[in-house]
Amino acid sequence: MTIDPGIMLEFLPYLLHGAIYTIVLSTVAIAIGIVMGLIIALMKIAPLKVLRWPATAYTDFFRGTPLLVQLMMLHYGLPQIFHYTPVAWLDAFIGLGLNSAGYVAEIFRAGIESIDRGQTEAARSLGMTYMQAMRCVILPQAVRRVLPPLGNEYIALLKDSSLVSIIGMSELMFRARLLNGSTYRPFEAFFTAAILYLVITLPLTQLVAVMERKMSISDKRS
Amino acid sequence: MISVRNVRKNFGNLEVLKGVNLEVKDGEVVVIIGPSGSGKSTLLRTINRLEEPTSGEIYIDDVCITDRNVDINRIRQHVGMVFQSFNLFPHLTALQNVALAPVVVQHRPPAEVQELAMAQLSRVGLAHKANAYPQQLSGGQQQRVAIARALAMEPRFMLFDEPTSALDPEMIGEVLAVMKSLARDGMTMVVVSHEMGFSREVADRVVFLEYGQILEEGTPEQLFDHPRHPRTQEFLSKVL
Repeated sequence: MTIDPGIMLEFLPYLLHGAIYTIVLSTVAIAIGIVMGLIIALMKIAPLKVLRWPATAYTDFFRGTPLLVQLMMLHYGLPQIFHYTPVAWLDAFIGLGLNSAGYVAEIFRAGIESIDRGQTEAARSLGMTYMQAMRCVILPQAVRRVLPPLGNEYIALLKDSSLVSIIGMSELMFRARLLNGSTYRPFEAFFTAAILYLVITLPLTQLVAVMERKMSISDKRS
Repeated sequence: MISVRNVRKNFGNLEVLKGVNLEVKDGEVVVIIGPSGSGKSTLLRTINRLEEPTSGEIYIDDVCITDRNVDINRIRQHVGMVFQSFNLFPHLTALQNVALAPVVVQHRPPAEVQELAMAQLSRVGLAHKANAYPQQLSGGQQQRVAIARALAMEPRFMLFDEPTSALDPEMIGEVLAVMKSLARDGMTMVVVSHEMGFSREVADRVVFLEYGQILEEGTPEQLFDHPRHPRTQEFLSKVL
C-alpha cells in the first residue's frame, strides 16, 4: 500500500477540528496550572512548614508519576470510590491542569528564588510586609524571567495532551486513532496529526526563542 | 534614639557580634569603622532586624524592637536603609522606585506621593532622571535614587551599609555630598563606611569595631588623631 495524499486531505477537516480542541484543552490546562502553580510555589517558599509540606508533596506526586497514570486514576479510579459517572472532557481538563500545576509551580519557585536577596531586603527595609514585597517587587521581576520556561511548558503540555485520548476526549490524537480504526490508514491518520501538532508547536518554539533572546539582552544590560 | 544593648549574633558556631552596646542620640551621626569581617554590617542590619540578634535588646525611641510582639514593619517605616549594592527595583523607574513604599505601605494617595517622590529626587539632584530605569543610571545615580527612596518614607533614622563601596571612585563624591547635606539637615544617621575623610568631616562619633566588639569610640579627632587602643592604631595605620 502506498501513501495517499488524497486520504490525508479527506482526514484534514476532522483532525483540524480535533486540533482546536487540543489547543483549547492545553490553554485551559496551562491557565489552571499558572493559577495553582503560583499558589503552590508561594507555599513552597513560605516561612511556615505547614504550608511547605503539602506543596512539596503536590509537586513530588504530579512530577514523579506518569501523566497517563494520573489520568487513569482520575477517570477510572476515583469514580470507583466515589460512585459517579466520569465525564471524559472534564477529566481531561482537570487532569492536565493539575499535572501542569506541578511543573509550573517549580518554574515559578525557581524564578522567584532567582531574584536577588537584596531586592527582598530593600523592600522589607521600607516597611513592606512579606506579601507586599512579593507582590510589588519580587513577582513582577520573576514573572518576566519565567516567561520562556512557561512557554516551553505550554509546548510540552500541547504534546502531552495527546494522552487524554486514552480516556476518550475527542481531541486531535483521539480522532487520529479513530480514523485509523475505521479506515485502516494509520500512516495517513497519524502523519496528518503529526503535521497539525507541528503547525501548532513550531511557531510557539520560535516565540520562546525570541523571548529568550530578549531576556538575555536585558540581563546583560542590568 | 537608638539603643543597642548587649547584642550578640551567631551564624552557626561563628559569633559575629559579641555583646555590642551602642547609643545613637537624635540628630547624631555615628560612623562605624573596622576591618572586613568585624561585624559592622551585621550590627547595622540588626538595628532594623534584617538580621535577628541571637540575644540582647535594641530600643528605638523606647520601643524594644527585638520584642517578638512588636510590629517590625511599622518600626522599619521610620528607619531608612541604604545598601552597598543599591538594590533598586529594576522593573520600576527612578520615580516609581521612590514612590512605591509610601503608596503600598503608608497608603498615601498616589498623586500626593508623586509630588513627594519628585521632591526627594530633586533633593538628591536627580529630578531629570525621574523616568529612567535603574540600568540606565550610573552607580552613583542609582545610589542617590536609593537614598531618595528611603527618604520618601520620611524616616527618623537612616542606616547606611557601606554606601560607596560598590562605586567607581569618581562617583563616590556625589553620594557623600548627599549624605553630608542629610547630616546638616539634622538626620540621625548610622553609617558603616571606609570613607575616613567623610567620617572626619561629618561624624559626631566614630566607633571602631573588631571581632564583633567595640574596641574604642570617640569624636573623629580622638579616634583618628589619638587612638588609644593598639588595634585601632594598627587599623588606622593601614587605611589612612
